[in-house]
Amino acid sequence: MMALLSRDLALAFRAGGGFGLSLAFFLIVTVLVPFGVGPEGGTLARIAPGILWVGALLACLLSLDRIFALDHEDGTLDLLATAPIPLETVAATKALAHWLTTGLPLTLAAPVLAILLNLPPSGFFWLTASLALGTPALSMIGAFGAALTVGLKRGGLLLSLLVLPLYIPTLIFGAECARRGAEGLATATPVLMLLGITLGSLALLPFAAAAAIRVNLR
Amino acid sequence: MSIWEYANPKKFMQTSAWALPWVTGLAVLTLLGGLVWGFFFTPDDFRMGSTVKIIYIHVPAAIMATGTWFMMLAASLVWLIRRHHVSVLAAKAAAPVGMTMTLIGLFTGAIWGQPMWGTWWAWDPRLTAFLILFLFYLGYMALWEAIENPDTAADLTSVLCLVGSVFAVISRYAVLFWNQGLHQGSSLSMDQEEHVADVYAWPLWTAIVGFGLLFVSLLLIRTRTEIRARRLRALEARERMA
Repeated sequence: MMALLSRDLALAFRAGGGFGLSLAFFLIVTVLVPFGVGPEGGTLARIAPGILWVGALLACLLSLDRIFALDHEDGTLDLLATAPIPLETVAATKALAHWLTTGLPLTLAAPVLAILLNLPPSGFFWLTASLALGTPALSMIGAFGAALTVGLKRGGLLLSLLVLPLYIPTLIFGAECARRGAEGLATATPVLMLLGITLGSLALLPFAAAAAIRVNLR
Repeated sequence: MSIWEYANPKKFMQTSAWALPWVTGLAVLTLLGGLVWGFFFTPDDFRMGSTVKIIYIHVPAAIMATGTWFMMLAASLVWLIRRHHVSVLAAKAAAPVGMTMTLIGLFTGAIWGQPMWGTWWAWDPRLTAFLILFLFYLGYMALWEAIENPDTAADLTSVLCLVGSVFAVISRYAVLFWNQGLHQGSSLSMDQEEHVADVYAWPLWTAIVGFGLLFVSLLLIRTRTEIRARRLRALEARERMA
């Protein structure tokens, strides 16, 4: 499992691995928003938590098809399926590697981009915290979607159609948590709900993802 | 005699061929009865005027939209557990019907909402949940279309239906989080306070039964089509082999 994790991380960090691409996408999306809605600080501060959450979600989506597609093409996935570790663990490890290379950098970059969007300083903590708690769920749900579409030639667009509706609850609670944090309201309820979604996804979706991979390898 | 007999496509085709005209006839009768009764023989509401009559389409369509998803969930489970092809074909056949019902619910709601709420659309929990349900139907159907091998497609869409159901339910309650919204409470709950008046309730129940029968009838027709399409494909494959 550690070997698989370090292999995936190495592949992601080396040239052509696409690491940093989603980070750059996040930056672009965030920078585009003020051009679209105008530069007034008040408006930007009000929509900043939502924009950052949507941006992080889309950036996460961008790199999902890499989770299994390349391994499926060159046959690594077949080897992993026959490896001594269960396929559920493989799916969870892949999701973890995806989170370490996209979710974590996005979380760390979000406060910097929040400055561009004029988010009040009080909101920084909850923005980062909500992203840190929510992005693992995004990676795990995405890994499930990637497992469903791994056998398809042009699965990218379909993947977005399948995964985006599944992202809705995470987005609602994550953005709500960041918004309440920014406005100085109590955040306990959305945080707990967000945490529940993350833990639930981590507990159950590896099984669904592994089932989908098995079907696709048949 | 058990329900699993109908897992045999031949038996299913026989029985559904016999049942189809009856179900369809009953559906047309109750639907016409409910709608004519509702549209022409009930009084106008004292506040909403005649716009209240859209309820006879809106509420049954909404019930069918969610009910269809639950039927697909049950059929997918049967497929995953017992591998009956008719079951998963029924789930496949139900999806477009459910999606249409969702659209009817959204559109009639918008038409009613414009004069009554002063807006076509609001990000109200019920409305949002239906929009999300619509997206789930789209994804489910798109996955069916995208995969060539029918058994792979059946397995993957069933898994998606299972996972999607959980997330659809979470979304339903997540959107409640915003506020109570504009939409009125349940039209047919046992709670008399929010119940529609009896004069509207009876034609409404008739229309609901009509929509239910309509769904069964469409489901049978579409499942029969799917079975025939699959037989055709098998015949073609056999011809190519020979």
